[in-house]
Amino acid sequence: MIREKTKLALQKLFPVPEAKEVTTEAAGEEQDKKAVKETRQNGLLERDYAVHGYHLDAQVAPDQLLEAVTLLDEAEFFIESITGVDWIKEKQLEVIYDFSRYDFDLCRVVIRTRVDRTKPVVPTITGIYAGANWHERETHEFFGIKFQGHPHLVPLLLPEDADFHPLLKDFKA
Amino acid sequence: MNSPILLQPDETFILNVGPQHPATHGVLRVKMEMSGEYIVEAETVIGYIHRMHEKMGELKTYPQFLMNLSRMDYLGALGYSHGHVLLIEKASGIEVPERAEYIRAIMVELNRVASHLFWFGAFVMDLGGFSPLMYALQDREHILDMLEGVTGSRLTYCYFRFGGLYNDVDDDFISAARRFIPRMRKSLKKYHALVTGNIIFRKRLEGIAPLSQEMCRKYGASSAVARGSGINFDVRKNEPYSVYPEFDFDVPVFHECDSLARYNVRMEEIEQSLRIIEQGLDKLPDGPIMPEKKPKLIKPPPGDYYQAVETARGSFGIRLVSDGGKTPYRLKLRSPTYSNMHLFDEACRGMMIMDALAFMGSLDLVIPEIDR
Repeated sequence: MIREKTKLALQKLFPVPEAKEVTTEAAGEEQDKKAVKETRQNGLLERDYAVHGYHLDAQVAPDQLLEAVTLLDEAEFFIESITGVDWIKEKQLEVIYDFSRYDFDLCRVVIRTRVDRTKPVVPTITGIYAGANWHERETHEFFGIKFQGHPHLVPLLLPEDADFHPLLKDFKA
Repeated sequence: MNSPILLQPDETFILNVGPQHPATHGVLRVKMEMSGEYIVEAETVIGYIHRMHEKMGELKTYPQFLMNLSRMDYLGALGYSHGHVLLIEKASGIEVPERAEYIRAIMVELNRVASHLFWFGAFVMDLGGFSPLMYALQDREHILDMLEGVTGSRLTYCYFRFGGLYNDVDDDFISAARRFIPRMRKSLKKYHALVTGNIIFRKRLEGIAPLSQEMCRKYGASSAVARGSGINFDVRKNEPYSVYPEFDFDVPVFHECDSLARYNVRMEEIEQSLRIIEQGLDKLPDGPIMPEKKPKLIKPPPGDYYQAVETARGSFGIRLVSDGGKTPYRLKLRSPTYSNMHLFDEACRGMMIMDALAFMGSLDLVIPEIDR
């Protein structure tokens, strides 16, 4: 079962005792409700696929990102997409990475990381997944998140000279 | 006197393909560094028809956003709407009547055949054969007429509703669909005789633009691009949704990795879609097309939700981050051609320009869907 294997591999990223225990589904749902009010701690959650559409949900610190993505690359995941979410009330930006596999043993993994809204910098994963290039450029132009080490971080869908970030919640056209 | 223009042996020049170019089927631009007829380096420039559907998603309520999905991919619009309604139904726990799901699957497959037909015609036209396009469009016209009768529109459908459908199918549609299946099978034979065996056609595609499985994985390619490289991946089978598990159909996989393999996959997919339509019409249950109980206001509980569907162009993903409000907090649209097109830059290095254009055709690009 690739799901179990990936779970164990990702769990090693969170050596803190309380985060080490993979929270069960009931606790995951509770966390959902709480998430609106308080920021979620880094850690691994198992989600109900029938409700959420993915199995594993790992929130990592930005400096753990490359390690987590390397683990997925070794397990032959393909990159689905990268996107951002602006949590303006918490003054944070979230970057979400979606991964899946070309396999009948279904396993969808979401890696997410949060950065400060005033200094949004995360490392690039283009070194691991070449296909992250456009996704990171898109996230950069829409949210202003800087992907450190990206070879060509210029606007992709917006005009070349765009200096605005339209998906930020405080963006006014 | 002008001095003669001479190119040094190791000198390269920049060639600009597009943004207005017939081979790109839309406003797509590729900057190519050329050494003679060979591509040294290419950079794809997209975004010329970017409309920011994702921001519109945040500003509109859930039902208001229904029509946006069909403006992404104008050739296979229903597949995208399907993903959207499935996601919102999953997130807010709306039950869909069985009849509605069957009709959805039939409509999506008809739309897929229409999309593949247009691709087939345009692809062969890219390679210099004009008449197959006319045959393909004639067949496609039958599908569009059928869809128009039920959905009210020919391309930009807004047919699916949360929980069901806008309109039930009538006997006219059923009989037209039944008549269409043998007609299309006959046409497929004609296409294979006219195009697939053509030596000029094959020489342009065989062994051209090989894509390794590794490259497909690194870029997240799906649809015929992945299946032409021996990857058995179809969301309808790998991650079954809707009523697809009820149908008996195959996923064509070719291992040659070249442009011809991608062509073969799509041609075979037309036949598989016909099989699904046939079974769908046979199994079509009676009953309502909208659920009895449906919330008046759609407000999915807070959390994030993901739904992937297999559209005509590949694995379309849609992610909803809800804060429990009337509008999505964030709606991400993962378009399949975006990932498929992305690998063009790396794959076309060292290729001759005419091969690269044939390769581009085999990717089945729809630009508004890349740009969103």
